Amino acid sequence: MIEARELTKRYGSLTAVDALSFSVAPGEVLGFLGPNGAGKTTTMRMLVGFVPPTSGTVSINGLSIDEQPTEVKSIIGYLPEGAPSYGEMTPLAFLDFIADIRKLTGQRKTSRIGEVVERLHLQPVLGQTIDTLSKGFKRRVGLAQAILHDPPVLIMDEPTDGLDPNQKHEVRQLIQDMASDKIIVISTHILEEVDAVCSRAVIISRGRIVADDTPNALIRRSRFHNAVTIRLHADGDLNAAEVMLKRLTGVRDVEVDQHARSITAFPRDDQAILSEVSQLATEHSWPLEELHLESGRLDEVFRSITEQADS
Amino acid sequence: MISGIRVIAVREFRGYFVTPLAYVFVVIFLMLTGIFTFYIGNFYGRDQADLLPFFNFHPWLYLFLVPAVSMRLWAEERKTGSIELLMTLPVTLWQSVLGKYLAAWSITGIALILTFPMWITVNYLGEPDNGVIIAEYLGSFLLAGGFLAIGACISAANRNQVIAFIITVAICFLFLLSGLPMVLDFFSAWAPQAVVDAVAGVSFLTHFNSLSKGVIDLRDIVYFALVIGGWLYANTIVLDMKKAE
Repeated sequence: MIEARELTKRYGSLTAVDALSFSVAPGEVLGFLGPNGAGKTTTMRMLVGFVPPTSGTVSINGLSIDEQPTEVKSIIGYLPEGAPSYGEMTPLAFLDFIADIRKLTGQRKTSRIGEVVERLHLQPVLGQTIDTLSKGFKRRVGLAQAILHDPPVLIMDEPTDGLDPNQKHEVRQLIQDMASDKIIVISTHILEEVDAVCSRAVIISRGRIVADDTPNALIRRSRFHNAVTIRLHADGDLNAAEVMLKRLTGVRDVEVDQHARSITAFPRDDQAILSEVSQLATEHSWPLEELHLESGRLDEVFRSITEQADS
Repeated sequence: MISGIRVIAVREFRGYFVTPLAYVFVVIFLMLTGIFTFYIGNFYGRDQADLLPFFNFHPWLYLFLVPAVSMRLWAEERKTGSIELLMTLPVTLWQSVLGKYLAAWSITGIALILTFPMWITVNYLGEPDNGVIIAEYLGSFLLAGGFLAIGACISAANRNQVIAFIITVAICFLFLLSGLPMVLDFFSAWAPQAVVDAVAGVSFLTHFNSLSKGVIDLRDIVYFALVIGGWLYANTIVLDMKKAE
């Protein structure tokens, strides 16, 4: 269990993190979301004891990072922002160094290094110096280092930054595979990632928590939740369709995108309007190219929440 | 405690050899000691079986070579961000500081050991007092250690290695300078003897010279131990303040 209480960090007159309190239990994957400069990295640095908080406390599995820093650090796997490592070393020498520092020895050391090398596909670059590796490989070396000792607590600052879509998918898979018994905290500004791997999302803006919910619940806050979008063929009459859609009892509002030739109907009080809309379309034989139910747009929720907090 | 220091030291030590810094340092040190001893120190012409002309130049060689070894110690970690990794591994600040320092010190130790042909030569040519030579080697090694401790601390205070180098040279120069006759004469003209002694007392040169006479005095050893310990302590404080900047 990670417990952060009233965590605050001030740099001079600037308050980077403002009285954050939250807790994370084993089995949870907490995603930190926020615009750049919101305080994500500072918060993570305080969790792992790299930056001391101006005030507030962090305890991890009952241990205080202040009083037992070495014990706490030994149960955490941490991927710092930008995945720094020692550029003049090879990934193999680097992992060997991390294993020694983490006191992995003998059989366990060999098997753990073998396992992370396999999981992160580092085999082809093991003998090259890290400086010469591509961004994706560097990031994976950083991830390998973080999970090498199979830590019960995993904290990762933007784990998929710089990876291509396939690699992103694999890293997300990796996180999901480890999620069942670990405490995992990641930060990201990729919203699909939250949806893909996180069981809980905390949105912070200007150092404060502005939302703390499951990704699904966040999506439901979207004004697009349960909205229906149709797209008409070039010879369809957009204006007539708009007028008719507005008359439906379940529809609160309608938005037209002339360019995409699409109309989005927003439901009144979250009710289901898909059947109403599709019935209407069949009755009037609209030349439909597309008709779909929106589940909600996380990026739109994110924007509205963080912009609200800003103003 | 010890194992953490050892792991850090071994990694750092290997790093010196991967970037060819260790080789460059050792080769340049050996070349320059040779040149200084034989040409400027007039090793043969003196017609004495000792290594004084060899050791006399060590403080001045170290003044420029040691800061080149120490400048990367922390500045590079801070610049590349690997310091964040190091500081979040389960080792204490002291383990990191000592590990890295010992790695750098052993590089200068290796360079010093590789000057053994000089010792063989003087033993071949005459009958030197080998006790004195051992004391001189010890003094030289401690002197390098003192310079390195200063350099490590300055390196932690800077992200830029070149700036770390220049500041380290300047501070080391002050520590050397305070033992030179011209500085002491300046003080002895007007200041009480106690002040002159105090100024001379903080000088690396005074303690190095007293070891070079072949007397292993506990006071000189304690002096270097205090200097090294003090600067390394400052190193941990500077790191704690600056690590996240």
